[in-house]
Amino acid sequence: MKTNIILSGVGGQGILTIAAILDTAALIEDLFIKQSEVHGMSQRGGAVQSHVRISDKEIFSDLIPEGQADLILSVEPMEMLRYIPFLKKDGWLVTDSESFVNTSNYPEKSDLFDQIKEHPNHIIVNATEIAKYIGNSKVANMVILGAASAIIPLSESSMIEAIKKLFQHKSERIIKLNLEAFSKGKKVAEGITDVAAGK
Amino acid sequence: MKSLLLGNEALAQGSIDAGLSGVYAYPGTPSTEITEYIQKSKPAKELKIHTTWSVNEKTAMEAALGMSYAGKRAMVVMKHVGLNVASDVFMNMAVSGINGGLVVVVADDPSMHSSQNEQDSRFYGKFAMIPILEPSNQQEAYDVMSYAFDLSEESQLPVLLRMVTRLSHSRAGIETGKKRNQNDKNLPEDTTRFALLPLNAKKQFDLLVDKKDILIEHSENSNLNTLKLSDDKGIGIIACGLAYNYLMENIGEDQSSYSVLKISQYPLPKQKIKALYRHCDNILVLEEGYPVVEELLHNYFDENDKIKGKLSCDLPRTGELNPKIVGKALGLHQDKITPVPSVVTPRPPQLCEGCGHIDLFNTINELIPEIGDKNVFGDIGCYALGALPPLNTINTLIDMGASITMAKGAADAGMENAIAVIGDSTFTHSGMTGLLDAVYENSPITVIISDNSAVAMTGAQESTAVGRLHKICLGIGVHPDHLKTMVPLKKNHEKNVELLRNELKYKGVSVIISERPCVRLSRDQKEEIKARIASLNQSV
Repeated sequence: MKTNIILSGVGGQGILTIAAILDTAALIEDLFIKQSEVHGMSQRGGAVQSHVRISDKEIFSDLIPEGQADLILSVEPMEMLRYIPFLKKDGWLVTDSESFVNTSNYPEKSDLFDQIKEHPNHIIVNATEIAKYIGNSKVANMVILGAASAIIPLSESSMIEAIKKLFQHKSERIIKLNLEAFSKGKKVAEGITDVAAGK
Repeated sequence: MKSLLLGNEALAQGSIDAGLSGVYAYPGTPSTEITEYIQKSKPAKELKIHTTWSVNEKTAMEAALGMSYAGKRAMVVMKHVGLNVASDVFMNMAVSGINGGLVVVVADDPSMHSSQNEQDSRFYGKFAMIPILEPSNQQEAYDVMSYAFDLSEESQLPVLLRMVTRLSHSRAGIETGKKRNQNDKNLPEDTTRFALLPLNAKKQFDLLVDKKDILIEHSENSNLNTLKLSDDKGIGIIACGLAYNYLMENIGEDQSSYSVLKISQYPLPKQKIKALYRHCDNILVLEEGYPVVEELLHNYFDENDKIKGKLSCDLPRTGELNPKIVGKALGLHQDKITPVPSVVTPRPPQLCEGCGHIDLFNTINELIPEIGDKNVFGDIGCYALGALPPLNTINTLIDMGASITMAKGAADAGMENAIAVIGDSTFTHSGMTGLLDAVYENSPITVIISDNSAVAMTGAQESTAVGRLHKICLGIGVHPDHLKTMVPLKKNHEKNVELLRNELKYKGVSVIISERPCVRLSRDQKEEIKARIASLNQSV
């Protein structure tokens, strides 16, 4: 078993939190993990990405080779498309539909969605809207992780344990909020997954 | 469960477990998390390991050498360009030798993710004639630390440990090992080797040169340098440090048909290289950074086309390696890749919303029609982003501190209205001495210290400048009438423009301290800064 996941977004949107949960859940299941991330200048409102590799055998490269990502998990639609060269032929695209616009030449949203829809395996969820509904737009990253969870070969219980572990020093309310966001994302995606996969 | 650690953190934990007594460092991507990890480590606190940031890489390295002189194990950490700042002590402590183990950790940044160049620190190691270690993965980064300190003490030399961005900033599960106690304080038996007068230095330099053979022998026998010869004699690969991973990613299940020499310790093990060279028809050198090993091979074997790498254009000369580049160099089939859709636009980094630097640049930009658009000398920090649109304020960005000294030089050449923009921490790092140059000649420059009370770019670490800038400038000799303060806020815009216009008229050194805390500082950090300033004022 070897799974390659690219996480993408804009600096400050919380993709490293998603990465930390995947890493921790993989270690709980006693799997090998490598996860590269971006620090420094790009974190200032620039495009950021993280490569997460999970396997039951030793992993060598910290970077996912092009064309070998099973999943691109994005908290922003344009940022997901930036990493298309990494996607496997039958790989999955999962993204928040909400744009993060901090440049003057940000494309038309419909053009982005047209591109995404060219790939049969995609899930587009308005994670930000769902997160707001739950109580805090900041947990959009957990909604999107939940939405992709069925595609990720880690058990739900390890992911939940990882969320609890990651937020153990925060208040009960924050842990609950993140868990709820995760489960809401999972539920919303269940319906979409069937449609998108043409089942 | 294994510990989930960045390469940087694994190395840091390895140093604690190897009996470290002090880490000295100035923040710099991609090296920062090494020191931060030790600062946050409870065991490190209990062990009373020194962790406070230094003013710059040179002071850090000298302090580390001082700790080593006193017999304890010390580590100094920096990014690659930081080694330029510390190179004076770096070169000379190779000559004096060390006492307690001393490891110089340098994180290179091939592809310049957050840097001004992609210099390869292995050159410095070779230049100083000291051992270099280059871990290939996170576990090795942990494991190598105890060996690094042992090797340093055994050879009585500082050891250079080279990291690269992708290893520094990638996580893996780490198994930790035995913990070693710290050294006791133990002054050198003979201190004359540390007094590098020509008489002593000549002796020491001979000793250093003579250590070459023993260092090569260490490399030959090191289990960091492993040679596997295959029956297939076609291609032999030398894979250095991180490059080994990209090789293994490509050949994974097919290892038997390649002869591979993995290199993680220098000077190069010449015998192993010769064995590989004789065994194979072609040699491919995989190394992150400059073609250091490839050039050496050409020296060993008389420039021949059997040796492939960056110089032969089998690999790109610039930028970092990745699995695809290495696969191509191995001649492996590459699948066709879907390109990035053309609808995607670039998203470069930018200053944070509400950042004080933006208001400062708006103030300067107001005066650019009057003074010309080539007069603003910038420096290293977040405010370097002021060189990009939409601000386009800054014209130059070279190295830590160069804003003030370049402005001075341009003023010497007749430039009027030369402006230097420098951050608070960059100013204490390398701006103060340049300011003294300008004050000494009363050069007509206006220095703006954009003081956000933090080393912001690298993650808002504490700045040694906090609460001290005024007194430092007065102490250096800036005239009190031309030492001004402003708060870069929209509501002060007109006032600030007027202040800057007036100081530009003054034909001598003006310093304007533009004060507004970094938006990235947490409430706790802001409180801490207030407390530090209050205690500074009290002690005077």
